[in-house]
Amino acid sequence: MSSPDNQDTEAISEQSDERQDPQDTNSNPVKTEEAKLKAKYPNLGQKPGGSSFLMKRLQKGQKYFDSGDYQMAKAKMKNMQLPVAGPDKNLVTGDHIPTPQDLPQRKQSLVTSKLVG
Amino acid sequence: MAGAGGGNNDLQWCFSQVKGAIDDDVAEADIISTVEFNHSGELLATGDKGGRVVIFQQETENKSQPQSRGEYNVYSTFQSHEPEFDYLKSLEIEEKINKIRWLPQKNAAQFLLSTNDKTIKLWKISERDKRPEGYNLKEEDGRYRDSTTITTLRVPVFRPMDLMVEASPRRVFANAHTYHINSISVNSDNETYLSADDLRVNLWHLEITDRSFNIVDIKPANMEELTEVITAAEFHPDQCNTFVYSSSKGTIRLCDMRASALCDKHSKLFEEPEDPSNRSFFSEIISSISDVKFSHSGRYMMTRDYLSVKIWDLNMENRPVETYQVHEYLRSKLCSLYENDCIFDKFECCWNGNDSVVMTGSYNNFFRMLDRGQRRDVTLEASRENSKPRQVLKPRRVCAGGKRKKDEISVDSLDFNKKILHTAWHPQENIIAVATTNNLYIFQEKVN
Repeated sequence: MSSPDNQDTEAISEQSDERQDPQDTNSNPVKTEEAKLKAKYPNLGQKPGGSSFLMKRLQKGQKYFDSGDYQMAKAKMKNMQLPVAGPDKNLVTGDHIPTPQDLPQRKQSLVTSKLVG
Repeated sequence: MAGAGGGNNDLQWCFSQVKGAIDDDVAEADIISTVEFNHSGELLATGDKGGRVVIFQQETENKSQPQSRGEYNVYSTFQSHEPEFDYLKSLEIEEKINKIRWLPQKNAAQFLLSTNDKTIKLWKISERDKRPEGYNLKEEDGRYRDSTTITTLRVPVFRPMDLMVEASPRRVFANAHTYHINSISVNSDNETYLSADDLRVNLWHLEITDRSFNIVDIKPANMEELTEVITAAEFHPDQCNTFVYSSSKGTIRLCDMRASALCDKHSKLFEEPEDPSNRSFFSEIISSISDVKFSHSGRYMMTRDYLSVKIWDLNMENRPVETYQVHEYLRSKLCSLYENDCIFDKFECCWNGNDSVVMTGSYNNFFRMLDRGQRRDVTLEASRENSKPRQVLKPRRVCAGGKRKKDEISVDSLDFNKKILHTAWHPQENIIAVATTNNLYIFQEKVN
């Protein structure tokens, strides 16, 4: 309906129009939200429900540790700092080799639930 | 939003009990992940992120104290699942209990199925209130007697003992799911059950653990073409050949196992056409169905998507017969809800015993009761502030914008970390179990 540049002004002018059509009242807040999101993340893919989103969902929790890669990386980077895992240790990025310290500790058997007594 | 107050026929809810720790510092393991009444309502099971199951038992009927009907006490607790590591795929397998489903009771023991992401287990919960005493060859503490000291014979007898409730794993159904199990459902034939993960639905026999039949497979040949995943599945309450599964695109497929061995081709497809002018980046995400439940009658099914609850008549595929807004005021907050991942929260929903009212959770520890017959809805809150014995719950109101009235809470003040994802309704009585992050609230109908 409008070019991306005008999206924000478009949304504001629609709201001030105060059309009574319930359809518009419904889509207005969502379209405003969509504009906000696109402004913050211009590179966000066109199909959010598409395969990249689902693949991320299906891959949830995968942690890779390849001892071969790790040893080679250690040998190569003897004098350099290994890139450290970011705050989200679950995401393995291209440069980062997970180290044993990065993987969360295996949990021990648990105590009784606090719902009891 | 209409309140529940006023009018003689209105049901009022009052606080009965709350279980769990009071402190705000919640350990991950204590996060409640599933709540389920058994078929009689006498038992209430909870599962948590730490892989533990706690079962509560209803207080026995006391006619002089009808308000104690909503009183549940600990009956049994056990560690159902432990954390595992799949070395082949470098995958940590969480011990979190995703679902618990009770089997109908056949004998003195109770049986339930509990599942984490990968493995389903059948647990037997049985009572022991007698023990044998007076063995000839053993002492009471189990040590063997010196045979030379045995000069007389006696007949061992059963003597009463303090009630002991034992939980033992009877079957382990493993290695049938590549993806994460989101649902299990016991068939009305009481012999089989289904388990569903993101891409497949499997059929099991309760007695057989070394094989499972795949009945739905939506995995595309090329994973790049994946556009939709299975989000929930359930067997029909009395037609043993029928089950439904919902998808992340807001569709529900009903399948008939008599039609073919592999039910990839649905018998019915339930989908509400979307108004193209409403389409946005968020459309598909908020249309994803997080829960599907058949009515007790078997005539209807209910679906929960991010903002609404829909009731479908199984005879009509092209649109739901009823739609209820759960928290419409969130529509103007979708951007931030996407950023903090709340838009992906999976809320469950449930029916009351006679299918006249449905319930679902929301944020800020609010939950919604939607009365189908009276066309009324009310928002209630599960909080420690409203937890005096038999305290009546006051309706809560959220102010979407503009002037906030007294007693209303504005959308921006809602605590999105306090989510009620899991609720359960007693199959016969007006008793409900509502799980906040780490506490279990039990409410019951106000008794005059």
